[in-house]
This record gives sequence, structure tokens and C-alpha cells, in this order.
Amino acid sequence: MATLVYLEHHDGELVKGSLGVLAKARQLDDEPAAVVCGSGVRELAAEAGRYGAARIHVADDVALEAPLPQPRVDVLASLVSEQGFDTVLFGASVLTADVAAALAARLGAGLNWDLVDLQVRDGELVGTRPALQDSVHVEVGWSAEPRLALVRSGTFDPVEAGGDADVVDVAAELEDFSRRAVMVESAHAESEGPSIEEADVIVAGGRGLGDPEKFGLLEELAKALGGAVAATRAVVDAGWYPYAAQVGQTGKNVSPKLYVACGISGAIQHKVGMQSSGTIVAINKDPNAPIFEYADLGVVGDLHEIVPKLTELVRGRKSA
Amino acid sequence: MKVVVCVKEVPEASARTRIDPGTKRLDRGGAAALNPFDAHAIEEALRLVAAAGDGEVVALMMAPEGAADSLRKALAMGADRAVHVADDALAGSDLVATARVLAKAVEREEADVVVLGQQGSDSDGAVLWSALADLLRLPVVSQAASLELADGKVTVKRQTEYGYDVIESPLPCVVAVSDAINEPRYPSLKGIMGAKKKPYESLAASDLGLAAEEVGEAGSRTVVRSLSEPPARGDAVRIEDGDGDAAEQVLAFLVERKLL
Ligand SMILES: Cc1cc2nc3c(=O)[nH]c(=O)nc-3n(C[C@H](O)[C@H](O)[C@H](O)COP(=O)(O)OP(=O)(O)OC[C@H]3O[C@@H](n4cnc5c(N)ncnc54)[C@H](O)[C@@H]3O)c2cc1C
Ligand SMILES: Nc1ncnc2c1ncn2[C@@H]1O[C@H](COP(=O)(O)O)[C@@H](O)[C@H]1O
Repeated sequence: MATLVYLEHHDGELVKGSLGVLAKARQLDDEPAAVVCGSGVRELAAEAGRYGAARIHVADDVALEAPLPQPRVDVLASLVSEQGFDTVLFGASVLTADVAAALAARLGAGLNWDLVDLQVRDGELVGTRPALQDSVHVEVGWSAEPRLALVRSGTFDPVEAGGDADVVDVAAELEDFSRRAVMVESAHAESEGPSIEEADVIVAGGRGLGDPEKFGLLEELAKALGGAVAATRAVVDAGWYPYAAQVGQTGKNVSPKLYVACGISGAIQHKVGMQSSGTIVAINKDPNAPIFEYADLGVVGDLHEIVPKLTELVRGRKSA
Repeated sequence: MKVVVCVKEVPEASARTRIDPGTKRLDRGGAAALNPFDAHAIEEALRLVAAAGDGEVVALMMAPEGAADSLRKALAMGADRAVHVADDALAGSDLVATARVLAKAVEREEADVVVLGQQGSDSDGAVLWSALADLLRLPVVSQAASLELADGKVTVKRQTEYGYDVIESPLPCVVAVSDAINEPRYPSLKGIMGAKKKPYESLAASDLGLAAEEVGEAGSRTVVRSLSEPPARGDAVRIEDGDGDAAEQVLAFLVERKLL
């Protein structure tokens, strides 16, 4: 196998998700290569080596400074064709999903996404993808090379392999259309807001709350249970609750003892941030909501009725 | 202002979706509906044209013939025209094969903006726009939580793993919108009646100049090998709040699990 792992970086460090994929790549291929694209990123090569890359291709160019997908596709398309990589792996993120899909189109290649495992079986690469709200596991493959894959976020942990990577410079020759979108403001972590990662109990709310004021109901319940309040992306994007309290793929990963989901549909991108919670209770009025597929206790009903009652009952029990 | 909005049909939420063990494709035999995420894309397309003062919204769908009702829903919401690419040769198209079909159909329209939804509720792919934009050689911005159009360019705010980005792109461009961007309107009775009279174009793969080996299974480089049950979960409990005692039952559950 000739494997290439795309390494994403943020704030001067390689991100954990891509290093986890690199660790997986080493199980499939003794000497996986990696690629990092950005501006001032050459110093990340040492870290790539330490986490298992045998060779690191570095595309260091000011035109790659903003974390936008299209310039990266240009770099990867020539790299993959020129070096003859047969497998290209990505840890899924907002950026890499866009890079991988465009690269597949450019190369006429197959892309499998949301993989939770990769194995070589009888000489063939096989991916595992949970589908239909994770109710079925699909074994997926590729009928031609290069084989492209996006790995579900948080699937593999990085492993320090302790080596040195050969560093190879890559030129960034960009298509005109790839440079048209520009980033006028780049994401900065918003530090204000509650801290939810340490909480033993989380009461989380989604669009089913109906309006931002209703977060008050959840704050009351959280207080009674001695926990923190969290939210879905839908309500954070709508400005109902701070980004710092968001759970999911583009928010926090949490694993409290108890997670109470109120008015949350339970999309995969939310699930990846809270599935390792000890006990999951879901209150949703739609009996078909995907969250019921993985809640330990599913309550089909109106949160506006149930949550205040539950708060009273919890208070009563605690004061008894 | 011409906006093409790409919509797909998905199994209805209440339908027991499954993958056909024989064909290993999604069993599309059950009740189907317009992908709920795409209602946000239609809404945003309508808003773009309304803000521009005049123009046209074209709803584009690649799906079997039977999906016409889902596409008509886009017309009922207010889209002006529908383009339906339906062809047996398209069955089994993966991401890239689908993108090829949509790219050819979009090219005929010379749109200013191509709008897509956040994800298919069946595929959870959230990737198609980027493949489409690459084939069209257009700039792409995804995950738009807000979208503004002024001076011939769009400004998009979107959430990533680190907070919020702001991205600008000149027209023409491809934009995928998040489900937080708007509240989709419901089709009015008048809209539903009117939808029947709106232009509805049906196309085959060959109408788009696509060769058989570029689309469908032949044009796809991903394969489904087998299906299996995921590892069993512990026994989940389900209660319906019929008698209004759900809160009591939740409390009892928490006590039993020693969480209180
Ligand atoms: C790349 C990417 C990254 C993403 N990252 C994240 C992420 O980090 N975190 C995240 O959460 N999402 C994320 N999403 C979005 C995700 O796909 C969903 O769109 C989002 O989680 C939906 O939020 P929600 O459950 O609040 O809203 P909805 O899906 O609208 O669900 C609302 C639910 O409330 C229920 N409801 C309504 N009224 C009541 C009532 N009175 N009582 C009880 N229930 C009621 C409804 O039945 C419904 O199920 C991401 C998406 C993408 C594509
Ligand atoms: N067959 C299709 N026809 C038209 N648009 C589609 C089709 N499949 C996906 N889309 C669009 O692409 C978006 C993302 O889909 P996906 O990448 O499948 O999750 C959807 O929200 C639709 O806007």
C-alpha cells in the first residue's frame, strides 16, 4: 500500500483526529506518508514523524494560510497523481470533508465517509460505516485506486511511534477558481461560556425548546441535578446559547454519568460528541427521532410539560 | 438572479428504512419525502431571489421517476421550475457519479448561485457540494449558518470545530446551507395548487451528454460489500407520556440507576 494521510492543523499543532488516522494508517501500511498544507507549517513535520509518518510532504505557502478546502485540493490532486498514492485518508472535519469530496471528483475516485474502522482483508481495503442512524453496519470498499476515506471524528487515538519523517517540499500550484473564496475572519475559539467537559450531569437542549428563553427550564433542572447545560449546533447557530456549551462534532466531546437530551433529534454529528455518556435520557415528542435509537431511556412527550415536573420531583427527593 | 437548488428524496422519517440485502442499496420502496434538510436550501434560494428583486429558482433533483412528488414540494414552496433527472442508468450512483449528473444539469442553467442542503438524512454525507463545485470549477462555501448577498458576492458565516469563520465568495458559486440558517415556509394551499402548472422538465442521462460508464454503478468507484448488525446495545427503555406520569417514571429510572 502507498498511503497518504492528510494532517490538519490548528493553532500551530496537528489535530488529534488526523493523528489518530495516522496511527491507524500505520497498522495498514508500515511506512505511511502524510501531507500538511498551510503557511509556516514546516515545523509540524517533526510532530508528524513522532506520530508515525515515514515521510511528510509539506506544502508551505501563504496562499494556503486560510483553512479553505479548494487550494488544498489542488495540492493533493497533483501530489496523489505524481507520487502514485493508492490510498488517501482523512480524519473528518468541516475542512477535510470538503477537501476529500472535491479530490474524489477531481481524480474520479471513490470516497467512503463516516468510517469507524479500516482493515486490509484478503489484500483488500475494507471500511466499516454505520448507516441509517447507526442501525446497520455496512462494509464498504473501492473498485479502483486511489481509495479515499473520511474517518468519523474521534474514532482512533494518536500513538506516539517516535520516528523521524523525511521531509519533502511540495509546490502549491493553484487553480484560479480555487482562490476565489476568501476567509475574511478565521475561527477563534470563544472561551466565554460555561464549561461542560467536567460535569457529571449534563442537561442538553435543542431546537425543540422552541425559543431561547426556554433554556431557563433546563438550567433549573441542571441545578437540581447538580449539572451543567449544553446545546446542539442548531440552537448555538441561532444564537440561543453560547458556542462553548455546544456538544458534537464541531463542539465539545463530553462523557458525563448522565446526559439528558431535551428536544434534540440526535443527528450523527451530535451523537459523536455525547455517545460515551454513562446513561442517556432523551425527551422528544417525535417517536421517530433518531436519538431514541441510542438513548437508555426514551421518553416520547412534550419537554415543556415533563422537564418542569421532573425538576420539582428531583428537588423534592433531594430535600427529603 | 438565477438560483439552482439541489434537492434529494429520502425515505420518510417514519418509514422503517433498511438496506436491501440483495442489491445492497437503500430500499427506496417505502414512503419517501423531500429531504428535510433541503427545505432550508429551498427557503434560502427563495430568499436570495426575493432580495435581488427578480430572478428564478430552479429546483434540481436526481432521483427515480417516482420521486416527482418530492420535487413538486419544492415548487409548492415557491420554486419556479423543476428539473428532474431520472434514468435507470443512474441507479447505484455514488458521490462522484451523482455529482457528475448534477454538474451537467447545473451547467445548462448558468446559475449565479447553486444552493444545497446540509446533508441527506439518509446518507449523512454532507459532502456532495464540494464534489459538485470542483466539477463546475466554481468556488464553494459549506455549512452556511448565515448568507448575505451584496455587490456580486456572498458572505457566509459558518461554524467549524473552532468557532465561527466568515468567508466571502464572488458569484457564481456553490453554497451549502446549515439547518440553522432559516425556518422553511410551509407550502400554502395556493402554492400546492400552483405547483401543478409550473414547468417540470424530465431528463435522461443521455440528454445531459453523459456516457453510461460515467454514471450509475459503472461510474462509481465505491462498493458495498456486506451488511451486518451493529454490536447490540444494552436494553433501552421507552415510555410514552400518555398518562402524564413521564416525569415520575424518569425519576424512578434515575433512582434505580443510582444517578440521584
Ligand atoms: C459538518 C457538520 C457538523 C455538525 N456539528 C454538530 C455539532 O457539533 N453538534 C450538533 O448538535 N449538531 C451538529 N451538526 C448539526 C446536526 O446535523 C443537526 O442539524 C443538529 O444537531 C440538530 O439540532 P437539534 O436536535 O437541536 O434540532 P432538530 O434536528 O430540529 O431537532 C429538534 C427536535 O426537537 C423535537 N421537539 C420539538 N418540540 C418538542 C417538544 N415540545 N418536546 C420535545 N421535543 C420536541 C423534535 O421532534 C425534534 O426531534 C453538524 C452538522 C454538520 C453537517
Ligand atoms: N440525488 C440528488 N439530487 C439533487 N441534490 C442532491 C442529491 N443528493 C444530494 N443532493 C444535495 O446534496 C446535499 C448533501 O447531500 P449528501 O452529501 O448526500 O449528504 C443535499 O442536502 C442536497 O442538497
